[in-house]
Amino acid sequence: MSVLGVPVGQPRSARATARAARIDRLGILLTLLGATALVLLPFVVLKANRIAPGDPRALVEVLPRWAALGTEALLVLVAAVALGVARARARLAAALAGIVAVALAVAHAAALLTPPGNAVVRVAPGAGFWLLASALGLMAADAIARLRPGPAMRVLALAAFLAVAGLALAHGTFDSLSIMREYAVNADRFASEAQRHIALALGSLGAAVLLGLPLGILAHRVPRLRPAILALLNIVQTIPAIALFGILMAPLGLLAAHVPWAAAIGIRGIGAAPALVALFLYSLLPIVANTVAGLRQVSPAALDAAHGMGMTPWQALARVELPLALPVILTGVRIVLVQNIGLVAIAALIGGGGLGTFIFQGIGQTAIDLVLLGAIPIVVLAFSAAVLLDALVEALDRGRR
Amino acid sequence: MIAIEHLTKRYGSTTVVDDVSMVIERNSITVIVGTSGSGKSTLLRMVNRLVEPESGRVLIDGRDTAHEPAHLLRRRIGYAIQGHGLFPHRSVAENIATVPHLLGWEPARIRSRVTALLEALQLDPAVFARKYPHQLSGGQQQRVGVARALAAEPEVLLMDEPFGALDPIIRDKAQDDLLDIQRRFATTIVLVTHDIDEAFRLGDRVAVMSAGRLLQYDRPEVLLKHPADTLVARMTGLSDRAMRLLALTTAGEAVVPGASDGPGVASSASLREVLCELIWRGVDSANVVDAAGAPLGRLTIATILAHGRPS
Repeated sequence: MSVLGVPVGQPRSARATARAARIDRLGILLTLLGATALVLLPFVVLKANRIAPGDPRALVEVLPRWAALGTEALLVLVAAVALGVARARARLAAALAGIVAVALAVAHAAALLTPPGNAVVRVAPGAGFWLLASALGLMAADAIARLRPGPAMRVLALAAFLAVAGLALAHGTFDSLSIMREYAVNADRFASEAQRHIALALGSLGAAVLLGLPLGILAHRVPRLRPAILALLNIVQTIPAIALFGILMAPLGLLAAHVPWAAAIGIRGIGAAPALVALFLYSLLPIVANTVAGLRQVSPAALDAAHGMGMTPWQALARVELPLALPVILTGVRIVLVQNIGLVAIAALIGGGGLGTFIFQGIGQTAIDLVLLGAIPIVVLAFSAAVLLDALVEALDRGRR
Repeated sequence: MIAIEHLTKRYGSTTVVDDVSMVIERNSITVIVGTSGSGKSTLLRMVNRLVEPESGRVLIDGRDTAHEPAHLLRRRIGYAIQGHGLFPHRSVAENIATVPHLLGWEPARIRSRVTALLEALQLDPAVFARKYPHQLSGGQQQRVGVARALAAEPEVLLMDEPFGALDPIIRDKAQDDLLDIQRRFATTIVLVTHDIDEAFRLGDRVAVMSAGRLLQYDRPEVLLKHPADTLVARMTGLSDRAMRLLALTTAGEAVVPGASDGPGVASSASLREVLCELIWRGVDSANVVDAAGAPLGRLTIATILAHGRPS
């Protein structure tokens, strides 16, 4: 049926599709996740002691009425922004407000549920909290991606995030939470294991750059060596981490037993030495492969000009080839650093130390909060390293394209 | 003066440059022209030893170039290539300063030389010195490439298809600029191209190469009037060689005394351009005037046509 040739009902359905198109698709997913977390999953888990099974509690059960309602109202507002507001700045502000509210709510809940002076009862963030935090974090990350910040802005944002988190931790905002209780017990070891972790990751990276860069240059200059070098490093890369640690135990142990100076500088079958060697071997392939790839993409015309104007081969390498290959080489460094920060965790298995120590102790004691005390800092470290090096690569690349 | 004596280069069983000898005069433009694979680039690259010859030698002002380290030799020889080869991570000023920097010039001397070169190539130093190559147009990049090659006041400037990447209108301008620069700096230029028009337009002398051999090396009009063999005749253009010949002579060179009631033409115009003008206007003669507009004499169609014949 039609009126004056216009199908009836067409305008209404057209308006409806237009409105539907304006609803953010990611917003729908995030809202569903958030609603599930808030309604169906426990916000916190109350445990009689650190290894006892937990007693789930919802947000409304633990916070005073006004605080619970206020938090929920704010989250509904955030969901509305996620669904209907396209402006990235507004979305980012809403997501950050949501994250702050949820973090304060969990800290407050922990403080309320812990009886004064009781050091045995533990209040851990529940599945609902983690899901809410993930949804809000996803919303913030998406908003930042839509804003396309430059390298300097991204580093500033990371610094601001770390500063706020650091201040909150120093202020004691989260002290009643189970993870911070584990921290309080392990505070003296935490700093030294964290230092150890960073030292192992950076040390193996440094050694890999020192050897990998010349090896990459050699593989580039001598094409006949290239397949052999890369194939060998590829094989190393395929050995599982734990197997490689195991393989290294025997030769390093023998070395320590028979060569006095080796033992004197700390080489042993277990401990930091095999960890460092294994991480170094894993680091070589990305450094060498990216050095080769970086040198190969240097414009032949620029290189011809460099030689034609009278640069010696070393001058051409230092002044033209390496600077032009640097962004690709740094991408390799980024891969290695992020990979190593994660792999160092396994080094704890062979007595290498690092934050992995807490993870494996926690698994042994079925104390999940101790596992998180090791895991969360590792994630933050890896994330920070990735943001910093990505920004560096992009800043270098920008001046040239 | 550059003396190339019996240069030969082989790659495996193929001879890329086959016993080439030629003398390049100081303060002139010599163009080596040939099809791709003719060995012209290899010949050029043996002058600054980017390619080492199998046998034969190159003398610059009587000194054998093989007797000094290749990188020191190259710092005395300017080098400009197709697609400019500018360093993308260095500013225009840093690119131009490359060779002076390698030679250890004082910073003040480098700065003033960079400024002078940018001005000579019609690039405002205040605007362009700090820019990066990717911020320039193709024509500007090419000019910076020439400035960089000229930076250390080289005795010789080698150019390998320097205008190959430019579109026709910009290439025309770049060729004019090169003639202007050659006059101003009195540089000895050796240029390689596959474009015979470019060769005739720029070259005081033109070397025609094919399959590694130097077929003929002479002034453009000699190549047109007396080609050494059919290959040279074909490469220099059999079908329109009369017009090419007219393009090589200016009105000032061909002018005869007398006056005409035809249009005025500049003495710097080529006979080809004057002829076209006369055909277009439907008249038989033109007045030749100098740059100031003073009459020099006249040119008739018959006079012009006589210049388009081999003798």
